[in-house]
Amino acid sequence: MAKTIIEKIWEQHIVFEEAGKPDLLYIDLHLLHEVTSPQAFEGLRLNGRKVRRPDLCFATMDHNVPTRNRETIKDPISRKQIKTLQENCEEFGVPLAGINHPDQGIVHVIGPELGLTQPGKTIVCGDSHTSTHGAFGALAFGIGTSEVEHVLSTQTLWQSKPKTMQIRIDGELGFGVSAKDVILAIISKYGVDLGTGHIVEYTGEAIRSLSMEERMTICNMSIEAGARAGLISPDETTIEYLRGRRHVPQGEAFDRAAAKWLALATDEGAAYDATRTIHADEISPFVTWGTNPSMGSGIAEHVPYATDYEDPADREALKQALAYMQLEEGAPLSSIEIQHVFIGSCTNARIGDLRAASEIIAGKKVHPSVTAIVVPGSESVKRAAEAEGLDRIFLEAGFEWRETGCSMCLAMNDDAVPAGERCASTSNRNFEGRQGAGSMTHLVSPVMAAAAAIEGHLTDVRNYMKEPVPTA
Amino acid sequence: MEPINKITSVMTPLDRKNVDTDQIISKEFLKRIERTGFGKYLFYHWRFHPDGSPIQEFVLNDPRFQGSEILVAQENFGCGSSREHAPWAILDYGFRVVIAPSYADIFYNNCVKNGILPIRLEEQEVDELIRKGQQEVFQLDINLEEQTVTGQDGSRYAFSIDPYWKEMLLKGWDEIALTIQYDSYISAYEQKQQQA
Repeated sequence: MAKTIIEKIWEQHIVFEEAGKPDLLYIDLHLLHEVTSPQAFEGLRLNGRKVRRPDLCFATMDHNVPTRNRETIKDPISRKQIKTLQENCEEFGVPLAGINHPDQGIVHVIGPELGLTQPGKTIVCGDSHTSTHGAFGALAFGIGTSEVEHVLSTQTLWQSKPKTMQIRIDGELGFGVSAKDVILAIISKYGVDLGTGHIVEYTGEAIRSLSMEERMTICNMSIEAGARAGLISPDETTIEYLRGRRHVPQGEAFDRAAAKWLALATDEGAAYDATRTIHADEISPFVTWGTNPSMGSGIAEHVPYATDYEDPADREALKQALAYMQLEEGAPLSSIEIQHVFIGSCTNARIGDLRAASEIIAGKKVHPSVTAIVVPGSESVKRAAEAEGLDRIFLEAGFEWRETGCSMCLAMNDDAVPAGERCASTSNRNFEGRQGAGSMTHLVSPVMAAAAAIEGHLTDVRNYMKEPVPTA
Repeated sequence: MEPINKITSVMTPLDRKNVDTDQIISKEFLKRIERTGFGKYLFYHWRFHPDGSPIQEFVLNDPRFQGSEILVAQENFGCGSSREHAPWAILDYGFRVVIAPSYADIFYNNCVKNGILPIRLEEQEVDELIRKGQQEVFQLDINLEEQTVTGQDGSRYAFSIDPYWKEMLLKGWDEIALTIQYDSYISAYEQKQQQA
């Protein structure tokens, strides 16, 4: 029978199954960071338990780390959390890329870089954006701290099999449209609870044409559509990205692994519990105007009117969102002035993102009323960018060039947007206060963020790009 | 974790949908390395002005709802971040039961693993409860064994729950202790993988 990749991976990982119970699933890779792990390690200690497979764990520090003056963490509670992860990793034998390690970075950026992320693996992390790793055809999902403790102790999780959903993007992406616009458009069209109880597979011509980094941007925000996980069947693009990475098999062993990985792809004619489609023609450079990721539109649009909605609950939600965002119904999106630009996060801080943004900013200046920062997704991304001279391009334009970490995506460290100010941000969440108490977030792609930095307001990046001349 | 079966309490109506875990517990409170002590930070920025004084209009500051153990909210409750600090804050504040039409998946799991009962009712039923809870101080009887919510006016709502989660909540299981009993299956799986 034809099967989806979701069913194939699930079946390969069942340790125990019994009617009326969730399945006991084996976990191949457990990523850890400093914020959601301390209570899990403490639980192990209190119960005299060990980490069953430290060799299948990998830890880093990202949420709470400073992006400048790395040596001195001023906040004693932050410092303690970072020290605690170090001590826990030493005590339990878990590999760690600590704050000054050359592999350090945002956990969802370094997993793929190091080749730890591989097709067909089950991957978990105490972080909802674990869905990022699904780009490789892995079954990757975020878990809570109790589940972190459970995986540390048993290398398994009890999981009820979710339903499957296909999201198909037909056609070819238009000029100036990036992966971020695709996922924001999907969430805007179908809502933040589209995927609840489902694992999503992204399919279609537009997805196939994307690079691995762009696929990661899409899968990363699956959780913003409520999905348990989001993935993409592996293909030659996947294989070529992985070849030669540190933790993948090498030589002939790689070719054997690659053949297995490709065989995981969803079979022709396999059925999903639900399918949603969107045509690439519907997608233009996107911005959000509200307080959840579904509240967004193409840059040429305006803030909606209450009368656009039939459901009184939706009208109320609009009212609350606009009150927080200090916006009026009907305001053109390109009129919204911003004071901050953040290029970073597990959504959009890979080398391709920085290259794309640097092309827009090259030779231009950041608007005098804007503070703009670039926070590379990992030490490795930072090194690569500096080798190419991207740091110079950003610095000369007036951007700050920082150390790696989650930074202003959630503002757990010192990088926060002040109350009452707006940020064009390449991150994933525009929730109230996400980037700092009272701050206002507009989610955009890296190139849209770069264009906003130049003009001081949200703007259509296509004005900064040269449209390719169609070949006859 | 503490077993849960019957809870009788006044309900707290929170008439909002898509309440995300950033609102439930804001990031500045995620730096603690303990599981306890998060209750005073629950819904912090909806509850308090920047100077720390309470925002009177917010439902948690309404004196009628003090001591309530049941929070009723709208659809997609607990969306966003996987932070378990959200259910820890809810529990530490004193809630044992949440009622909503739907929940984000990770949040739902996190509740169950901490002895919080997340009840799903129909949207219409939740609307009705919230309306009643806003009109008067409204008491609910929760019975997990029978899977019912009964209002003080005799209104009764049935809810469904996965039997595995139900058992876990009723007995207050330590899930890890339970899984360790399957150790031979886990070892067998690992051996099979090594040979493959």
